[in-house]
Amino acid sequence: MSEQIQTHKEPLIRVSKRKELTPRQATLLKLLSLVLALIAGGIFLAVLGFNPLVIYATIVTGAFRSTLAIQGTVKIMIPLFISALGVTLAYKMQFWNIGAEGQIIIGAIFASYFGLFHSNWPRPLLLVVMLIASMIGGGLWGLLPAIFKNKWNTNETLFTLMLNYIALHLIAFLRDGPWRDPANPGFAKIATFTENAILPKLFGIHIGWVIALILFVLVYIYLKYTKHGYEISVIGGSKATANYAGMNVKKIVLRTIFLSGAICGIAGFSNAAGSDLTLAMGVAGGVGFTAIIVAWLADLNPVGILIVSFLFAVLDKGSSVIQSSYGLSTDCSDVLEGIILFFVIAGGFFVKYRFVLRKKKNVGTPTQVKGGEAA
Amino acid sequence: MGKNEYAIECRGITKRFGSKVLANDEVDLQLKYGEILALLGENGSGKTTLMNMLSGIYRPDAGEILVNGTEVFINSPVDSMRLGIGMIHQHFKLVDVFSAMDNIAIGTKGKREAPAKMREKINFISERFGLQIDPDKKIYDMSVSEKQTVEIMKVLYRGSDILILDEPTAVLTPQETERLFAILRKMRAEGKAIIIITHKLNEVMSISDRVAVLRKGKSVATVETAMTDELKLTELMVGHSVDLSIRRPETEKKEGVLRVEGLSVMGSDGTRALDDVSFTLRGGEILGVAGVAGSGQKELCETITGLLPYESGSIKLEEMELKGKSPFEILNLGVSISFVPEDRLGMGLVGSMGITDNMLLRTYYKTPGYFIDRKPAKAMADKLIDKLQILTPGTETPVRLLSGGNVQKVLLGREIEAAPKVLITAYAVRGLDINSSYAIYDLLNEQKEKGVAVLNVGEDLDVLLGLCDRIMVLCHGKVTGIVDAKTTTKEQLGLMMTGAMRDHRTETEAAHV
Amino acid sequence: MSFMIRFIVAAVVAGTPLLFGTLGEIMNERVGHLNLGVEGMMSLGAVAGFMVGYRTDNFALALIAAFAAGALGALIYAIVTVTFMANHTVAGLTLTIFGIGLTNVIGFHYLGMSESGTLKLPEHITQQMRAVHITGLSDVPVIGPLLFQYNPFVYVGIVIAVLLALFYNFTKAGLNVRAIGENPQAADAAGVHVLAWKYVNIVIGGGICGIGGAFTIMITNGGVWISDCVGGLGWIAVALVIFATWKPVNAIWGSFVFGAMRILKYYVNKEIIHIPDAFYDMLPFLVTAVILVLVSARQVRDKAQPAACGTNYFREDR
Repeated sequence: MSEQIQTHKEPLIRVSKRKELTPRQATLLKLLSLVLALIAGGIFLAVLGFNPLVIYATIVTGAFRSTLAIQGTVKIMIPLFISALGVTLAYKMQFWNIGAEGQIIIGAIFASYFGLFHSNWPRPLLLVVMLIASMIGGGLWGLLPAIFKNKWNTNETLFTLMLNYIALHLIAFLRDGPWRDPANPGFAKIATFTENAILPKLFGIHIGWVIALILFVLVYIYLKYTKHGYEISVIGGSKATANYAGMNVKKIVLRTIFLSGAICGIAGFSNAAGSDLTLAMGVAGGVGFTAIIVAWLADLNPVGILIVSFLFAVLDKGSSVIQSSYGLSTDCSDVLEGIILFFVIAGGFFVKYRFVLRKKKNVGTPTQVKGGEAA
Repeated sequence: MGKNEYAIECRGITKRFGSKVLANDEVDLQLKYGEILALLGENGSGKTTLMNMLSGIYRPDAGEILVNGTEVFINSPVDSMRLGIGMIHQHFKLVDVFSAMDNIAIGTKGKREAPAKMREKINFISERFGLQIDPDKKIYDMSVSEKQTVEIMKVLYRGSDILILDEPTAVLTPQETERLFAILRKMRAEGKAIIIITHKLNEVMSISDRVAVLRKGKSVATVETAMTDELKLTELMVGHSVDLSIRRPETEKKEGVLRVEGLSVMGSDGTRALDDVSFTLRGGEILGVAGVAGSGQKELCETITGLLPYESGSIKLEEMELKGKSPFEILNLGVSISFVPEDRLGMGLVGSMGITDNMLLRTYYKTPGYFIDRKPAKAMADKLIDKLQILTPGTETPVRLLSGGNVQKVLLGREIEAAPKVLITAYAVRGLDINSSYAIYDLLNEQKEKGVAVLNVGEDLDVLLGLCDRIMVLCHGKVTGIVDAKTTTKEQLGLMMTGAMRDHRTETEAAHV
Repeated sequence: MSFMIRFIVAAVVAGTPLLFGTLGEIMNERVGHLNLGVEGMMSLGAVAGFMVGYRTDNFALALIAAFAAGALGALIYAIVTVTFMANHTVAGLTLTIFGIGLTNVIGFHYLGMSESGTLKLPEHITQQMRAVHITGLSDVPVIGPLLFQYNPFVYVGIVIAVLLALFYNFTKAGLNVRAIGENPQAADAAGVHVLAWKYVNIVIGGGICGIGGAFTIMITNGGVWISDCVGGLGWIAVALVIFATWKPVNAIWGSFVFGAMRILKYYVNKEIIHIPDAFYDMLPFLVTAVILVLVSARQVRDKAQPAACGTNYFREDR
């Protein structure tokens, strides 16, 4: 068999490691990916028969055309931003939790219990209790997979996925049974909150945005300057190193995942008491999944999360305007988000690797780098 | 056999990694059928890189490879296999949940053969070359040497005529090594061409026909084994007429800093990883630990530092019993034990963090308050960079981007800064070049002179004999001897490592020390 | 008796889209890719199958289109994760969001063009999707309805599952593919074309998911277009892969069991057993969560997720 002779040369293109890009170069790379994604998205719009430039312009102006529109954009941003901060804590620890959706729901359920059945309490007290309840609810829902992960190394991705749906059907159960609004005999729904259980407004938007900003500062400081934050980073780097450093890894995992879930729970509270004014089936509505994408795009950096969740909110809000103006479905924002993310995560490849084109044999030409192009 | 004189001929092979590292620099190599060629070189001399180019993992930047006299381009393991080259990797490439037979079948040409037919063929090859293999056994039930046998069978089953073994004996006991060598000799007799990569000189002398020596990526010489000896080979490998002597300062010994008695530890596979281990470690000495890989060295280090629980026995640090204490409690005893683990980036450091944050690892909780104080860590990072001449773009550059030697300086530097009473190092110079290695030896000696008790797990017996005051030998988790490094020979150590000899004199000596 | 038969038949039909999704995901995970984009790929299959069926009135073309759309979604995922080595979880979620979004955009676009404001598949294709009738066999009591009166999807799904099982267990290529999911380094060193096989399996798996998506719109919804027609079945399919312990044959009965759970609430006598509907809907997820925990607690090595699942492979990383 060894008599067979290899005659073909190197493949035309192959992957090779490169000197790692600096964070600044990596950011530039991301921007480049974003631009390419917008071009690809533009091609998609053009195929559908729309002028991409007009659509893009409408999305941006649509999100800001009036005070009402701006308020709408911020309202979309609030839950996304809060839950992205929440999942960041888990992801920093390499805990592949996709359960934000469920944690948002359980947070909302816990808060709604007080909103529905203790609406006679003084408003500030009631709202604070609802906030705390939502944190406990979201936190406990997050703890479940962490406990099993600690004990039996149960796969947290798949487990949290199941918990999302269990939580969703819990709302349906409450809606159809114990919490059903008797005032509405025909159609099963949960009663609207009374004034006391509704978040007050500031500058025309429910104060969920204030809560979000406070959380932003807290999470930023927590991750960057506290001992807990340091422990999270070490565990994210290597569990063996954390053990070696004397850390109680299991305890830290439980604590962090509880906090992560608690923050997502707050998003549920803010949605129920600020936007829906009741416990609705769609209280999470996919935000928990989008939040993961936001956190990832932002490299788990709170400042980045602020920027990315803002951009996503603009995209979402603007898309609702193009639906009314151009008859293009509002789901267009999901398509554009998807394209952007595909480009950015594929572009991440170039931080560590490069493509090498075939070169002539035995000639010491410098290796060529193929830039940018992704997906 | 009607074949060309050379099975493999490499001409001027050059391979770079990144812009700086020149792993292979115009390497030449010839391999004949019916011979065993030892490829000898230090860590980082480019042996594995060269072999990976023959097995299709890497591609050379320049140079040509000839197989049976014809120039070839090996783009992938498939190409390599098609040329009749079989590689037995140091880290086994086996699917754990498959049986031996299924592992052998992966990637072979043609249709899937009936199990009965395959078993027959495997048995035939086993008998021919003296292999022992159970085709239906799952890999996860196998010992290390059984796994290696499967790897060899994989290559033979495909009818490879050229075999490359990458440090095959590193994980074997001497008996298993002898068995392997017997197999290799049978293969040679059958006309196969064999390359064995190793840095163990005694093995080179016993198994090979010729030796090719690499140094710093260059081929220095190829010699007939019969015409050379271990000293000459070492000179070729290291490059200067070697004074391999390492400084061994005389110090005053302080008794009983660490006392280990009757220590037994269960390994992860349910067998005894440490079995009734007793020794004392004195201040101002370096106690070396020798043994075949996997003899309990890792468990010894991790038990003393509290990372592994132990069944029975006692560990006393200046009369303080460590049993039942967590790593955290041991770190906080006030009498510190520093530990430089084998897996530097996976256990000793966080690769994604800069030097500053890595300085904090073992001390971050000691400052009062909820917040972390990075100022002293930054100062310490700057100091270490200056003192140990660590090459890094800055204190915030992730340490995984630094070279191996610099990573080790960061780790060892941090552990030494803790002003320990006991310093434990595992394979402190593995993967480092000669200069870095000597820098590490100097640091260890410096600690010894300060009166620190140093436990140094090593693999190179020459280094252990040169550097340490005493050497403890482990074999299958048992202590087979604790000997004075100045009066012991390598051969004696080797015998103790295999359990063939127990040193009673020193055991009693150790007992009264 | 006839009640029981009706229940079993309904369970099989309800389980069939799950069977496709599960088989597609098994093909992904068997080469080491945890693809959370099943829901997205099924959606793409649904919209492509529906629109082509709507335009051409040809069942075969509709199926091919559904397969192609699912495969195309999977191809994006494969490019991003196999070649560009991106994180599997994030890429999969993105595919789901992208797939559902694109599906709804296209559906909305067509709805806007229709005069009645609804879209319904034409008569001819609707006939073809109906349950088969094999003279002689289908009329046998009990056995006829239980085995020979399903719509064509059911038989296609079972055939695919059996073929996959044969492939994994009895062919060399199947062995190689399983090796990739367990240890790509080992497979590569043994001469298996790791990246090529990954592409092939991910893309075909996506195509199979796409057919499952077409089922949801053609059968479950009777050929009338609605948005979000897959409605979470893709996620149940991901769960079912665990339930089936990554084996195609188990996926057959597993998906029928899950199908039974989906329709159970319609077949339980509400007068006697008072359990809220929501708990029936929750059941598949609850059962899967319990199984997941049990499997991990018992640590059965042969019944675990392929070891390399979720990791990327680069030859020079060793």
